[in-house]
Amino acid sequence: MISQSLVFVGHNFLSGIQSLGSGTLFILCALYNIVKPPFRFARIIKEVEFIGVKSFTIIFVTSLFTGMVLALQGYHTLSKFGSESLLGSAVALSIIRELGPVLCALMVSGRAGSAVTAEIGIMKITDQIPALEMMAVDPIEYIVSPKVLAFLISLPLLTAFFDLIGIFGGYLVGVKLLGVNEGAYFGEMLSATTFDDVFGGVVKSLAFGLIIGWISTFIGYTAKSTTEGVSSATTNTVVLASVAILITDYILTSILF
Amino acid sequence: MIKIENLSNRYGSIITANNVSCEFECSEVTVILGGSGSGKSTLLKQMAGLARPNSGRILFEGKEITCLSKKELYEVRKSMGMLFQGAALFNSLNVYDNLAFPLREHTKLSEKVIQTIIKMKLEMVGLRGSEHLMPSQLSGGMTKRVGLARAIIMDPKIVFYDEPTSGLDPISAGVIDKLILDLNRKLGVTSVVVSHDIESAFKIADKVIILFYGNIIASGTPDEIKSSPDAKICQFINGSPDGPIPFSHTDKDFMVDMRSQWK
Repeated sequence: MISQSLVFVGHNFLSGIQSLGSGTLFILCALYNIVKPPFRFARIIKEVEFIGVKSFTIIFVTSLFTGMVLALQGYHTLSKFGSESLLGSAVALSIIRELGPVLCALMVSGRAGSAVTAEIGIMKITDQIPALEMMAVDPIEYIVSPKVLAFLISLPLLTAFFDLIGIFGGYLVGVKLLGVNEGAYFGEMLSATTFDDVFGGVVKSLAFGLIIGWISTFIGYTAKSTTEGVSSATTNTVVLASVAILITDYILTSILF
Repeated sequence: MIKIENLSNRYGSIITANNVSCEFECSEVTVILGGSGSGKSTLLKQMAGLARPNSGRILFEGKEITCLSKKELYEVRKSMGMLFQGAALFNSLNVYDNLAFPLREHTKLSEKVIQTIIKMKLEMVGLRGSEHLMPSQLSGGMTKRVGLARAIIMDPKIVFYDEPTSGLDPISAGVIDKLILDLNRKLGVTSVVVSHDIESAFKIADKVIILFYGNIIASGTPDEIKSSPDAKICQFINGSPDGPIPFSHTDKDFMVDMRSQWK
């Protein structure tokens, strides 16, 4: 019994280490192919459209309501101390530093990450990946690299959009609904927010873009060639990416701020 | 053209090749026959360098496929074509772009020339005028024919066919058989066909290899195979359930198995 569970633990540990190793080689290969010609602009634009542009609506809605709820919560807490005028900086800082990059990455991993995994998994099941190999085209260079690059391009842009709409949502609730002074809302925001805050947010969003790109493509690429394999791969992508995003967020926050 | 030496391979407990040695001659049609799970598709993938065998050598024009670097392998692959079982067309591209894909990747031909080549290949498979269709709009037979057109678009020296006629109606199957023969007889394309369609195999093959659980049990011209007295081969060709090749997955007697359940 004990030996059985030891075998189980050991086997899982070894296979975990093994897939971490092959995953690292995989993403290094993909990143190398991003900087190496041929550059596939058409494919990159298509991927950015799918990952970035088509995520606009969902990011718009989440960011608007995040900003609104932040203002609502912040107002009630701040008004206890009579410092409602700080609402603008509270909303802006929490969104720019934390909520913007993190929520944006979580939404994108749920919407686009899962789709990327499913797409690559299905290409594998239907022999499209071996077909690329047979046509002497490297599947990592043709399929994976443009997707990873598209995540890297889209995430910072989507995060910036999230920040903007989030702050606007806070403005709607704070200023228009709860009556915080408009000048104070934006004035406090400007004086409290520094370049480092914005820069930290951008660094985070880039890191999250890499994480989603890596996890979604690698899991799709190594999915079992069955229907079940692809469906569990899509689930794994969302779960793993979300966990990885939150852990990385903590690490980056402790380094950056 | 391709020479396999002492090739052995297994997936877990399943043996797909057991010390297999054989040769595929230039400008010949070789058909590998075998039941499901006999290791023939794996063998085909290994010949194309898509999978690595556990041991043994595969020589393509004297070069060992299993030892080539990625770059060398891709260079060799430019002279290979493969028709996959499900044709493996890219479903995000239409027929034209699917066919144009290898040409755009590896040549600097102008779009006009590419258009001409595609028209010629589609005419060969009888699908001229279907350039704008998406793979999802094609029937099974059409999909395979487009897959074949794509496999030969770069005028390869050798084409691998993975069950080209399975799941097709008799006319589509006949068309595919005729195409394989035409390519071979008119253009001298070496063909390796994996199949379990005996009738079509005897029609197109110069040489037939019968694979049985990783072992070659017969190899020769269709006539030699047909007149073979070997009981295994007879059973396979006639498709009879009784014979030296067991139909059942297990050796256990059925009645004993049932009785033990009720004890």
